[in-house]
Amino acid sequence: MADGITVTKLNAWFGPSHVLHDIDLAVAPRAVTAIIGPSGCGKSTFIRCLNRMHEVVPGARVVGTVLQEGQDIYSPGVDPVEVRRRIGMVFQKPNPFPTMTVFDNVAAGLRLGGVRDRGVLNERVERALHAAALWEEVKDRLGKPGAGLSGGQQQRLCIARALAVEPEVLLMDEPCSALDPIATARIEELILELKRDLTIVIVTHNMQQAARVADATGFFLLGELVEFGPTSQLFTKPVDKRTEDYITGRFG
Amino acid sequence: MAVVFGRAGGAGTATPTIPPLVGARRARRRFGDRGFREITRAAGLSLVVMVAGMAAVMVHAAWPSLRRFGWAFITTSNWDPVAEQFGALPFIFGTLVSSLLALLLAVPLGLGAAIYLSELAPRAVRPPVTFLIELLAAIPSVVYGLWGIFVLAPWLRTWVQPALGHTLGFLPLFQGPPYGVGMLAAGLILAIMIVPFITAVSREVLLAVPRTQREAALALGATGWETTRVAVLRYGRSGLIGAILLGLGRALGETMAVTMLIGNRPEISFSLFVPGYTMASVIANEFTEATSDLYLGALIEVGLLLLVLTLAVNGMARLLVWSVGRGPTVVRE
Ligand SMILES: Nc1ncnc2c1ncn2[C@@H]1O[C@H](COP(=O)(O)OP(=O)(O)OP(=O)(O)O)[C@@H](O)[C@H]1O
Ligand SMILES: [Mg+2]
Repeated sequence: MADGITVTKLNAWFGPSHVLHDIDLAVAPRAVTAIIGPSGCGKSTFIRCLNRMHEVVPGARVVGTVLQEGQDIYSPGVDPVEVRRRIGMVFQKPNPFPTMTVFDNVAAGLRLGGVRDRGVLNERVERALHAAALWEEVKDRLGKPGAGLSGGQQQRLCIARALAVEPEVLLMDEPCSALDPIATARIEELILELKRDLTIVIVTHNMQQAARVADATGFFLLGELVEFGPTSQLFTKPVDKRTEDYITGRFG
Repeated sequence: MAVVFGRAGGAGTATPTIPPLVGARRARRRFGDRGFREITRAAGLSLVVMVAGMAAVMVHAAWPSLRRFGWAFITTSNWDPVAEQFGALPFIFGTLVSSLLALLLAVPLGLGAAIYLSELAPRAVRPPVTFLIELLAAIPSVVYGLWGIFVLAPWLRTWVQPALGHTLGFLPLFQGPPYGVGMLAAGLILAIMIVPFITAVSREVLLAVPRTQREAALALGATGWETTRVAVLRYGRSGLIGAILLGLGRALGETMAVTMLIGNRPEISFSLFVPGYTMASVIANEFTEATSDLYLGALIEVGLLLLVLTLAVNGMARLLVWSVGRGPTVVRE
C-alpha cells in the first residue's frame, strides 16, 4: 500500500536566495493535494523538490527530507533519475516533444526505460492515452506530430507521457493555466479519475479548482507553508488570518 | 529640420484645438517615419538590384562559353586554354570532394564541441572557450593557408600519408606517392576552417532549445546524455543540419587556403593523396591569364556555377537555422 509523501524541514535556495523555509507537509496516498498561494511564494519550487527537479537549475540547492515509500529521495545513494521515473511531472505549459509523433511522445519515457518490444509499447501507449482521456481524439493520428494537437490535447498528451511509465506520484504545476474552461474541466475530471491509482500533487492559481479537485490543500506565502489541512476546512474555516485574507481575495 | 519645424508649427496654429507643439512633433515624426522608410527601402532595393545585376553581368560575360559548350562544360574534363577547350568537371569534382571530406571531419568535432559548450561544460569555461572559437572563425584564410603549407603539408607528407599508405593502402583512397599537398591536405585545412563555424552556429541552435524541453525529458527520468539526445538534439535537428550546411557553404567557396594546399592539378582521382583543383582556385589562379573572350567566359561560367551552388546551400542553411528559433510550429514538416 502506498504511503504518500512525507516532507520534513524542507528548505530550498536559488543561489543565495532562500525561497522555501522549513516546509513540513504530508501528502496522502491516492488523493489529490493542492498547493495554492500568490505568485512567487514558492509553489513551483516546492513541487519541483518532490521529484528532484529543483536541483537541475544551476545554483539551486535543497536541504531536508522527502520520504516517498519510506525512503528519503534526498539520501546520498539515491539516483535522481530513478526518483523521476517513479514521480512523474506535468508542467504549466504543455511541452510535448515537437519533432516526435503522438505515439513517440507517449512512448518516450518507456523507451528511455529500455522498453523496445513493439507490442508492449503499443499496449502501454494506448493504455496511457486512455488514462489521459485522449485516446478517442488521437487514435487515428498517432503517427502525426504531437505539436499539431490543440493546447488542451497537448497537455493531456503530456499527462499521457507521464502516465505511460506508470509513476506512483504525479506532480502537476498549474496544468490548466494555459487552457480554456472546457479543456480545464476535462483535465479536472481526469485528475479525479487518476487519483484512484495515483498520488497527485497539483499547484494551482485557481482556488475554485483546488476546491473542486483537492482532498487536502496547503497555502504557501513567501516561502512558508502557512496552513495545511482538508480542503473543505481550509476554505470554510481557515485557522490562519493570512489564509483567510488570501481566500477571500483581500490580497495576492 | 528647421523648415519642417516651422511649417508644422504653422499647421498647428491653423487648428487652434491642437497645441502647436504636438502638431509640430507629430508632423516631424511622420516625416521622420516616411524618410526612414524610404531610405531603408532604397538600401534594401539596391542590394537586390546589385545581386541581380551581378548575376546578369556574369551570365553575359560567360555567354561565349555557355553557348559554345552547353552541358558539356560540366560533364567533360578537358581544360585546355591553348586549344580553347573547356570542361570544368575536375574543378566541380575537386570542390565537392574537398568540401565533403572537410564536412566528414568537421561535423563530429564541431557538433561535439557545441554539445560540450551548451550542455556539459562548467559555466566558467563557456564564455572563454566560445570566445576563442569565434576568434578562430575570424582568422584570415591566407593565414590558414600559410600554416597549411609550412606545417600541415610536411606533416602529412612525412608521417600521415606513409602511415595511411601502409595500413589502409589497399583502399583506392590512400594510394599514390605522398606529396603532402593534395586533396587530403585541402580537406583537412577546410575542416579546420569550418569547425569553428559549425561549432558557433550549432551552439546557438542548441541554446535556442527551450528549457521546458530539457525539463520534459529530465522529468521522464532521462539521464543527462539522454536528455541531450531526446530533447535537445532532436528539437534542434533542422538547425543543426543548417549549421552543417553553413559550414559546407563556406567550404565550397573557400579559395585562398585551398589554392595553397590542393596542388592545383585538374585531375579526377579516387586517391586523396593526389593533387586536385577546385572551382574557386582555378578562377583565382587563371583569371589574369584569361585573354580571349572564350577563356574568360569559361572562368566566369565556373564562377556562376559556384555562385549558384553556394547560394543554394547557404539559403537552405539559413532557412533551417531560422526555423529552430521559430519553435515547434515549423518543425512540423
Ligand atoms: N530560476 C530561478 N532563479 C532564481 N530565483 C528563482 C528562480 N525561479 C524562481 N525563483 C524565485 O523563487 C521564488 C519562488 O518561485 P516559484 O517559481 O516557486 O513561485 P511560484 O509560487 O510557483 O510562482 P507562480 O505562481 O508565479 O508560478 C520567487 O521569489 C522567484 O523569484
Ligand atoms: Mg509556478
